[in-house]
This record gives sequence, C-alpha cells and structure tokens, in this order.
Amino acid sequence: MKLYRALLYLYPAGFRSEYGEEMCEVFANRLCRAPWPAAAALWIDAVVDVLRNALSIHGELLRQDLQYAARSMRRAPGFALTVILVAALGVGATTAVFTVTDHVLIRPLPFADSGRLVKLWEDRPGYRRMELSPPNYRDWKSMSTSFEKLGTYIPIPANLVSQGEPERIEGAALSAELLGLLGIPPVIGRYFAPGDDRENAALTMVLSYGLWQRRFGGDASILGSRLLLDGMPYVVIGVMPRGFYFPGRDAEFWRTIRLGPEDFDDRNNNTLQVVGRLRRGVSLAQAREEMRIVTARLARAYPAENANTGATVNLLRDELSQQTRLLLWALLGAAVCVLLIACSNLAGLLLARALVRRKELALRTSLGAGRERLVRQLLTESLVLAGLGGLAGVAAAYAALPLLMRLVPLSLPIAQPSIDPRVLVFAALATAATGLGFGVLPAVRVSRLATAGNLREAFDERGGGRKQRLRAALVVAEVAASVVLLASTGLLIRALWRLQGVDPGFRAEGVVTLRTALPVPKYERTARREQFYAQVLSQVRALPGVSEAAYISFLPMVMRGGIWPVSVGGQPRSRTESNTASLRFVTPQFFATMRIPLRAGRDVSESDTDEGLQAAVVSESFVRRYWPGQNPLGRQFQFAFRERTIVGVVGDIKVRGLEMRSEPQVYLPYKQVPDGGLWFYAPKDLAIRAGGDAGALLPAVRRIIRSADPEQPVSNARLLEEIVEADTAPRRLQVRVLGAFAAIAFLLAGLGIHGLVSFAVSQRTQEIGVRVALGARPGDVFAMVLRNGVFLTAAGVAIGLSLALAVGRTMEGLLAGIKPWDAVALTAAAGAAAVLGIVSACAPAWRAVSIDPIQAIRAE
Amino acid sequence: LDSLLPLPEAAFHILLSLAEEDRHGYAVIQDVTFRTGGRLKLGAGTLYRSIHRMLEQGLIAEKARRPAAELDDERRIYYRITSLGKRAADAEARRLAELVRLARASGFARGRA
Repeated sequence: MKLYRALLYLYPAGFRSEYGEEMCEVFANRLCRAPWPAAAALWIDAVVDVLRNALSIHGELLRQDLQYAARSMRRAPGFALTVILVAALGVGATTAVFTVTDHVLIRPLPFADSGRLVKLWEDRPGYRRMELSPPNYRDWKSMSTSFEKLGTYIPIPANLVSQGEPERIEGAALSAELLGLLGIPPVIGRYFAPGDDRENAALTMVLSYGLWQRRFGGDASILGSRLLLDGMPYVVIGVMPRGFYFPGRDAEFWRTIRLGPEDFDDRNNNTLQVVGRLRRGVSLAQAREEMRIVTARLARAYPAENANTGATVNLLRDELSQQTRLLLWALLGAAVCVLLIACSNLAGLLLARALVRRKELALRTSLGAGRERLVRQLLTESLVLAGLGGLAGVAAAYAALPLLMRLVPLSLPIAQPSIDPRVLVFAALATAATGLGFGVLPAVRVSRLATAGNLREAFDERGGGRKQRLRAALVVAEVAASVVLLASTGLLIRALWRLQGVDPGFRAEGVVTLRTALPVPKYERTARREQFYAQVLSQVRALPGVSEAAYISFLPMVMRGGIWPVSVGGQPRSRTESNTASLRFVTPQFFATMRIPLRAGRDVSESDTDEGLQAAVVSESFVRRYWPGQNPLGRQFQFAFRERTIVGVVGDIKVRGLEMRSEPQVYLPYKQVPDGGLWFYAPKDLAIRAGGDAGALLPAVRRIIRSADPEQPVSNARLLEEIVEADTAPRRLQVRVLGAFAAIAFLLAGLGIHGLVSFAVSQRTQEIGVRVALGARPGDVFAMVLRNGVFLTAAGVAIGLSLALAVGRTMEGLLAGIKPWDAVALTAAAGAAAVLGIVSACAPAWRAVSIDPIQAIRAE
Repeated sequence: LDSLLPLPEAAFHILLSLAEEDRHGYAVIQDVTFRTGGRLKLGAGTLYRSIHRMLEQGLIAEKARRPAAELDDERRIYYRITSLGKRAADAEARRLAELVRLARASGFARGRA
C-alpha cells in the first residue's frame, strides 16, 4: 500500500489531497479480493492507470495555466515584453558565449581519441615553446618510448595553379605518419603512406574538403590528377572529410614534408612543429618525465646547441594561448553575470507585478485554489515568459556568433561553432534556470501572502516591508554586478588605449602592402628572384604618386618569428633569451618606405651582392646590447651561418606586435640570401608608400606583377594601417563584447533601481502626502526619495568595487600592464554607477514631489 | 450542454451508475464492471479523474447526507447525479441511438438486437 501511496505523488498535490485516500481504499479493496497472479496484473493495471491519468491531469492544469498566462500577457503586454526582452538578453548572452567557450575550451578536438594527442616543443631560455630542429626531432623520436607515433609538420602556404586564376592557399607540409596519427580517414582516396615523404618519392598531396568543393566542385575524378603547387606538379591522392582542420582552420591542402640529409645538420634550425600520440596507459606526466631525461642526454651530447634545451609537452587541447583561455572564461563570467542580473531584475519585476495582481490572486485563493496550485500557476507563467525570452535569446546568440567567433584564433583545428543540440540543451537549461530563478521567489512569497487570509493585512506594511528588503537586496546585487562588468570593461579599454599609444617604430599611414610569395624551385636561384624584384620595383616606383617601394622577407606584425641566435666573437651558438635577433632580408628603400629612421651609416644597397661584404643593418637595441656607447659601424657578428658586418643602424620596430617585447632586428641585403638556401626568408612582402589613397594603386600594381610573371598570385593586399590595426583588433573586439555586456548590465541595474524606488514612492504616497501637509518642503521630499536610490547604489558600488578588484586580478594577463586597481577604470565605473543610481531615482522623486497632499490623504 | 457532448465513455458509465442510486467511488467501479459484464473495469485513476472533471462540469455533486453510520465507512464520499448530469446522459443516449440508427440504415449491425 505504501508503494501505491508513493505512486500517487505523481498527481498534483491538490488532486492527491482530494482523492488520494479514496483511491488508496479502492485499490486496497481490489487487492484484497484478488488471488496472487491476479494481484500482479492488478499492480500493472494500477501503475498504467495512475501514470496515464496523472499525466492527463497535469496536462489539463498546464493547459489552464498556459491559457491563464496568455491572458495575463495580453492584459499587460508592456510587462510581458519587458520580461521577455530581459530574459532574452540574459539567455542570449550566456548561450552565445557558451557556444564559443564550449567549442574552443571544452569539447574534445575533432580527432580520433584526441585526449592522447600532444604537442611537443623545444623549451629554451626565453622561449618555452619553440619549434624543433630536424636533428632534435629525429633524436626525440628514436629515443622516446612514451609515444605511439610522432609526426611533424610545417604550415606552408603555396601558389596553386589549376583551372582559373593562380591562387595563394594556406596548407601544411606533413611527415607521412601525421594524418594517420590524427586518426581521421579521408573521405575519398587515401592519405600519405610511409615512404611518401622520402626525398625521391613522387610528389603527392591531399585536399581539404573545402578546397575540393570550392575549386573542383566536389568531383571525385580529381583523384590521380596533377595540380601545380609552387610550380611543381603534385598528384592528388585523397580528400579529407568536411570538418577536418589541421593545423589551423585556414589550411586547405597537405603535402609531404621532405627532409634531406643537409636539413639534419643544424640543431639551431628550429622549423618543425611536432605532434605525438601518447601510448595507451602513458600519462602526460610520464611523457614529460621521459622527455626530461631524453633532452638531458641530448644536452650532454650536443652541449654547444642543446645545452639549455628541454622539452615542453602539452595536450594538443591545451595548446590554446593563455590569453584566449582567460578571455573566454572572462566572457563566460560576464555572460553569467548578465544572466544573474537579468534574473534578479526579473524577480523584482515579477514581485512588483504580483503585488499589482494581489487582489486577483487573493480572489483565486478564496475560491479554493491551494497555495501549491497558485505557485504552480505563477511558475508556469514565468516559465512561459522565460521560454519566449529563451527563444529570442537563442536567435540573438545565433546572430552574434560570427562576431564572437572572431575572438577565436584561426590556428585552432576546429570548425566554426554552430548552434547544435548541445548548445540548445544548454540554452534550455539557462532558460529554465532563468524562469525558475526569477519565478520561484515571487511565487512563493506571493502565494504565502495570498493564502494568509486577510487580503488587506497581507499586503500592508508588514508584508510589503519584507518584500522591499528582498527587492532592495536584488537591486544591490545588480548594481554590484554591473560595477564589476563596468570596471572590467574599463580596465580593458585602458589596456587598449595604452597599446594604441605604443609607437610601432614606423609610420603606417599611406603605405599599401601585398605579398608575392615566389615559389621554389621556380625561384630557387637568387638571381632569378632579383630579376623579378627589379622589374616590379622599378615599375612600381614609376607609378604616379609612389614615393618609395621596397620588398622585405616579412612585414612586422605579420610574421613574428624568424628569430636567430647571434654570436659575437665566437660565443656559443646556443639560443638564449638575450642573444637572439629577428632576421629579415630587404631591398634598398625599405626603411624610407616604412619611415624607420636611419640613425647611423647607410641603407642596404644594390651593390651589396653575395660576393661582397656581408652587410647588415641592425636596430638600435642590437647596438645597445653588444656595443653600448660605442660606434657600431664596421663591427662584426655571426648570424644566419655567416659573419656579418654592420653598415647601418636604424630605429627599433615592434616586430612581434604592440603588446610583446620584440627581439632586436637585423636586416640583410636581399642579394645576399644564400643561393638555394634560406628561401623561406626570400623577400615576399611588398610595401609601397604613396601618400593619399594608396589603396587605389593596387590594380596598377597587380598589372605590373602579372606582366613580370603571369603565374604569380598576389595575396594579402592591404594597407599597412590595417595590419597595425589588426594587431589590436582582438582587443577591440574584446572591449566591444565585454562593453556590450556591461551596457546591458548597467541598463538592467538602472531599471532595477528605478522600479524599486518608483514602487516605494507609490507605497508611501499617503505618508508623503501627510508630510507635505505638515509642511515638508518639496526639496525635503525629493531628497528623501533620492536617498533611497542613492543608498542602494552606494551599497552596490561598495560591494562591486571589491569584487572588481578580485576579478581584475584574475584577468591581469589581459591587461597589458594596467594594474587591476587602476584608479581611472575603477573611478569611472563607480562614477557611472553613482550617476545611474541618482538618475534612476530622479523620476520617482519628481513624482513624489508632485503628490497632491489632499488627494493622497483622501485616498486613504 | 452541447459543449459537454460527446461524453467520454467512463463519464457516461458513471452517470448511468449514479442515476440508479447515489454511490461512493468503489461502488461505482463495481457497478460499472457488473453492468458491462466485466468488459469495463475502471481504474482508480480514471475514476477519480473523471469524477474530478464531472464535479467541475456540474454533472455530478458530492452528497452532503450520508447513509447511516453503521452502513458507511467514514472515509467514503458519496456522489449523486445532478439535473444537468441527467440531461447530459439523456442527450448522450439520444446521440448514440441516432448514431446506431444511421449505422443500421447503412447496413451495419443489422443481425443483432
């Protein structure tokens, strides 16, 4: 019988208390008359009977409540719309940010058994994650046992020539085992087999699904055909499936990497990215420990280069930069903040609304609606509102995704996030939490009061006062949360300003840039390249409006690497933090084009050929490091395989971007790129200073390049200003997103204060009337009401500021040196909140002043 | 009245049972089972859900007066049919009869009854 009684809990409480006893009795009656096998059947019947009927009664109640909710929404559309909008803001913000966070930080990478995939780096002083040199890669591979497989790749774009325009596409050169190591089979064809990466194997390539569809219409007959990559014919052997990205989202093809014997000579030639798959049962810690031993042995064997070289082993999942990670958590925190503010705001709205409806509710109670019934009905109503808000929120999140996605670096091997079932479940949970969060409190409170019997007493001072305290607490929390968001946004804005104020070392205005990456082997010979540069540069310089034009290996902020060890006077060649410099080959006029000041000596010149003096122009910080206070001209140092002589000194530029410390720069004459070597550094970025509308030159420049080499694609055409702007673009986006959240929170908090103070004024109309009648001046009344709002704001600001300090400390990594206790940001946030509190309280205060004492007292 | 028709089968049977005499829940179940020759055994859930709705619709009412204490279990609530309930049962019976007439005219169920 207990079991049956428990079953009855499936019914709504009202129904159960009404009929429960009777039903138990009926069932008991039946049961005692039935012999054993029939009793079993009876039980089954009873369960089915209870389930079916309980469900239908719940359905019936739901229908009633929904109708009721629809009716009350129609009666107060303004209120309903406000609630839906506020809920949509909360759910939308959280859903959008969750989608991105989930894709970027939480989901496993889309590779087979991706938890065992690791990334390996050389760990050198000043560079925790540096690419491996081929000999170290080879030795790590043969000496370690923790990995099922190790594979390597270099991201290398290439010029693709097939039908149509030549095109520059991103891709990677892989060792043969790499695709197999990731464990995703190709959609057609095969991927590289062992031996495909041997030096004399046939040239083969695998296409991405995107490239296959875009360029070849998804035609399976592409298998076996030849495409020209950098002028060499590659046989297409396979196509990877949709959603496969490696190493980054932009890679569209893969070919095999070819390492010749000469590549294994230099342990300072750090070029290889290495991915491994941990052996089953081997933990990350074990692998790290083994690699510590392996690198220690190599350090003893090759002290000159490997003395300070350890290994960094990370899960591939965790390769994301600390900044991106921090940023996403910060955004998620901000979104949850917005959701909480929205919830407390809605709870406040609903409380006020319930008080307006108290007569109606009390009436329903007196007509026999139980308290549980009332709570249920109010909850249904708030869930309906939240549900509508949730739908709108998901739509908003969907619309906001492309913007948020720009926060995620392209280098991640994951697809564009989409709103999928997992996200929808999250949104539904967030919505339900919102509906319950803002529904339960008012529902329970109001139903308690409504069932307390005496309607008047229920809603007079005692009950009203308690509710006021509750709402006041909610408003204080809202203000505090919005202060936190405002302060965080303020800190990020300050960081952005600081960075935008940083001098990059060159003048970006009026310079247009583009890339012509000359393919090898077609352009393997330095002389062949010189011919190309000479033709292009002389014609470009002759264009009207062009003042200077020059080529360089890589423009600053576009490519941040290319760092080589420097040695002066035969010091060891091992790389440390304090003996490296960035290597760039330039044509004459580069410094003039970029307006990088020449401090001493001369520019590189056309007469700096490979046969002559190995000339170098270095930056001021380079001189400061090696020859402080001395004349650097004519000094010599070993760099990039040769002895170089300083012929000029120029100002420093921010090669690594505005935010990071940059190594000193060494510029070498373009004619001294060793023939057939270092081709990676062959000048490819063209910078043209033209003043005025530099972008208008592009068509003419493209024509010049086509006439120099019709097969040569032009890529990355943009203004130098855009490159500098792109350096702070992620931050600007961060500020925009966080700023939007802060603005929402701010508005909601204002709404909360305004609503609460208005309500207080309406409750105290009589009291105020009496005061005025007794001679209180308007100023007194105004101040009295205002004090109410100011007090709430002050409490919120105090709590908010202390929280903001803590939050600021956790996101210090994003602040570019701005301290979390930055006075400007914190004062601005507190000030904004104070203004908000006063402004929001002003309207109700005016209303209070305009109360007519006669009418107010008569209303009693 | 029209909005109540057609009556759910359970409700119709409950009305028929209560039209005969006032009954409590379990008695209704037994009566319906007997009346239909065991074809329809109302479950407690179905019975009280029907009763709940029929009370709201005013087809039946709880009976204030109870039979003598020695005949009655004190927990039992007796139900009686209301005049609206009588009219509803009557209208439902007519509706069903009309249906049967139409079915016969089309050649169904001729052999029996």
